[in-house]
Amino acid sequence: MSKPEILQLSRVAKDYKSDVKPIWCPGCGHFGVQAALFRALAQLDLPPERVAIISGIGCSSRLPAYTECYGFHGIHGRALPLATGLKLARPELTVIVASGDGDALSIGGNHFLHACRRDVDLTCIVMDNAVYGMTKGQPSPTTAPDWSSKIAPDGAGFRPLQPLAVALAAGASFIARGFSGDPNGIARLLVEAIRHPGFALVQVLSPCVTYRPEEKAWKQQVHAAGREPTADPAEAARRLFADDGLSTGIFYRGHPAPHAAATRPASCDLTAIEAAFAL
Amino acid sequence: MHDLTSPSGAVAIAIMGSGGAGAITAGGLLLEAAGRAGWHGLMTRSVGPQIRGGEALAMVRLATAPVSAHGDRFDLLLALDWENAERFVDETPLDADSLIVADPAAGEPPAALRASGARVLPLPLDRLAKGVPEGRANIVALGALARWLALPLEPLEAVVVRALARKGANAAHLRQALAVGHDAAAAGNGFQRPLPPVPGDGARWLLTGNEATALGALRGGARFAAIYPITPATDLAEWLAPRLPEVGGQLIQAEDEIAAINMALGASYGGVPALTATSGPGLALMTETLGLAVAAEIPVVVVDVMRGGPSTGIPTKSEQSDLNIALYGLHGDAPHLVLAPISVGDCLFATQWAVRLAEALQCPAIVLSDQFLGQTQAVCDPPPADPAPAARTTAPVNGERYHRYALTANSVSPMAIPGMPGQQYTADGLEHNPHGTPSSRAADHQAQLDKRRDKLLRHDYGSAWAEVAGEGGIAVLTWGSTAGPVWEAAARARAQGLAVRAIALRLLAPAQPARLAALLAGVQRVLVVEQSHSRQFLGYLRAHYPLPADVQVINQPGPLPIRPAAVLARLSQWKRRV
Repeated sequence: MSKPEILQLSRVAKDYKSDVKPIWCPGCGHFGVQAALFRALAQLDLPPERVAIISGIGCSSRLPAYTECYGFHGIHGRALPLATGLKLARPELTVIVASGDGDALSIGGNHFLHACRRDVDLTCIVMDNAVYGMTKGQPSPTTAPDWSSKIAPDGAGFRPLQPLAVALAAGASFIARGFSGDPNGIARLLVEAIRHPGFALVQVLSPCVTYRPEEKAWKQQVHAAGREPTADPAEAARRLFADDGLSTGIFYRGHPAPHAAATRPASCDLTAIEAAFAL
Repeated sequence: MHDLTSPSGAVAIAIMGSGGAGAITAGGLLLEAAGRAGWHGLMTRSVGPQIRGGEALAMVRLATAPVSAHGDRFDLLLALDWENAERFVDETPLDADSLIVADPAAGEPPAALRASGARVLPLPLDRLAKGVPEGRANIVALGALARWLALPLEPLEAVVVRALARKGANAAHLRQALAVGHDAAAAGNGFQRPLPPVPGDGARWLLTGNEATALGALRGGARFAAIYPITPATDLAEWLAPRLPEVGGQLIQAEDEIAAINMALGASYGGVPALTATSGPGLALMTETLGLAVAAEIPVVVVDVMRGGPSTGIPTKSEQSDLNIALYGLHGDAPHLVLAPISVGDCLFATQWAVRLAEALQCPAIVLSDQFLGQTQAVCDPPPADPAPAARTTAPVNGERYHRYALTANSVSPMAIPGMPGQQYTADGLEHNPHGTPSSRAADHQAQLDKRRDKLLRHDYGSAWAEVAGEGGIAVLTWGSTAGPVWEAAARARAQGLAVRAIALRLLAPAQPARLAALLAGVQRVLVVEQSHSRQFLGYLRAHYPLPADVQVINQPGPLPIRPAAVLARLSQWKRRV
């Protein structure tokens, strides 16, 4: 029995929310990202069945099951190739990657580089809290070198990675940063990122209230970048290297050159291919 | 289609030369011409480690019946020169009945070859070639070989002209070079191994196992491939790359094998049957994602063209030593499919079947090919037209709450494809309940483990799970490319009065204990033949199947092939004891 079609004029954020209760800690920044994503999808009026949220492993990567969209909660670090395969095979879908600083930039670092340069039309949200939360508090690639933890009491001692500068160098064509305490701001970035027809990176500063409670201070520290996005990668590089890591906005909107397959209509007829084997 | 026979009266020719001498070209053209003349045959190439050029060896075996393996020896070794020829001594066993043909200007054959007792026939290939405009020694040599094999010149001229005229060679000069060689071979040298004429109907195919594998994937319905280059699987990808788009598909080169398997899995999640191809090191990188495919119940096919291992091992040589990782390399309890083609032609059927099984059972399938099968070119009977594409059970859109991992009678649950309204779910490597929601409850884990096991066990795999030949109290058990020499040895043993049954498993996982028990009824002795040092196949058999007390094993690793004579010798020992 199919239900009678109801003409749906527009969607609202809660249309995208599933009834699965998040495992996130109270006050986790990721709630803000979730709310922002739903607002962006509603504003774009995307049917939930035409949206796929792909993730790896980590607190951030739990997001797909909390949505009413299609989802794939894969393995640690591999969300980008998983999403790339889906998008190439089904270009009409909106494919969004939900990831974190450890998932996208450490174990998934190689895929991050190549997703940027392939420029496939994906929106990659990196929820950056500069810590491995799910494994209870180890330093990530964006953690400051002197941050003390059980595994590195004197700090990891490594310079933090700059995800946006790396993405620019690797060829990403849309680069932005938001703050989870400003869901409307993130939603605006996500609308732009999803509309962008190439690889769009949105880093979201998303405090881990449990293992990095000092990140609550981000609310007072973040500030709007206050400039129009540039299409000049050299200018974007200057801005990103001069940046304090706490400014929000779209830094770079280049000219997308997404990889896409040039393929003929689907066919089961292999006659011409097989004829080449005949002696 | 599996082409497993034991050709009597086969002729084995080895052609060797340094880089650019054209040994491989000559071998390929000889095989193609023989195939056009109606003969069967195969050619395996062996090359040095150099990226470009370097010494090369073409091993050609021709017969009037299908050929699925190399024999025990070579009838004729034709050397275009002797540069680095020692490298190939182990691969080209000669004896006193063999003939070495070489240009005397190239010097003496290496001592290791002369020690075989083979007769040496000088043939001034270089001088003969210089007498022809644009003359090439390898083409002159082909003319001589045609005379000795009674191969008609017409098909040889046709394939030589077609292949080399493209590169700018003059057709008349090519024919002249062939004729010069043909005439020189007539000048009384005593070697004659003519194959009886076979009327060629032109219906046969000439292809490599990697090509057959790729075509099998297309026939099965695969329309997405993601690949990271690795020897000896790369040529499979290169064959697929321009052909997938012709049928609405695509191939992407990934940044590594982990990306390749994840891209394939993403495409398959999106409803497009997908594969990747790799070799042992790549399979090792893919195993975590294969576990995800098991848990999330998403079909995907991984072709492993096995090479010598572990680590970088012997990348250009065959071995069956990835059996354990294919069977057991996944973490957790992760039932999946493992299949193996048993001949070059069978690569097509086995891979097509793998795609269909993977799609039907929503499960990853590993196809264990190997370098021998993959890179050997063989004359095969074309497979029957089989247009039925793979069928995935997809979810009906009926407005009811969708349970992605519902427990069903056959344990396969209808799968929603993104885009289907009302059926949204999250595929998950986390253990889940039937709805798909993550769950660590014992009852859910037990139910989903049972489901993922039972869907494989409840499927009827039919008779294709193994190939069987002969009856008797002795069984030879093998799998993969070693089925070729086993079939030949078993036939020779039967001709000597020994009752031998040869069994080659095509479906390795899930194991089929009842079916093998039926095949082993009345068998008192089993000889296990495998190209693995640590007896991986024997271990697998002992784990899953009841074997009689008297079991022997030939566990010869690569890089050299297992020869029929080695198998026959073991069987003959039993004959003496009977």
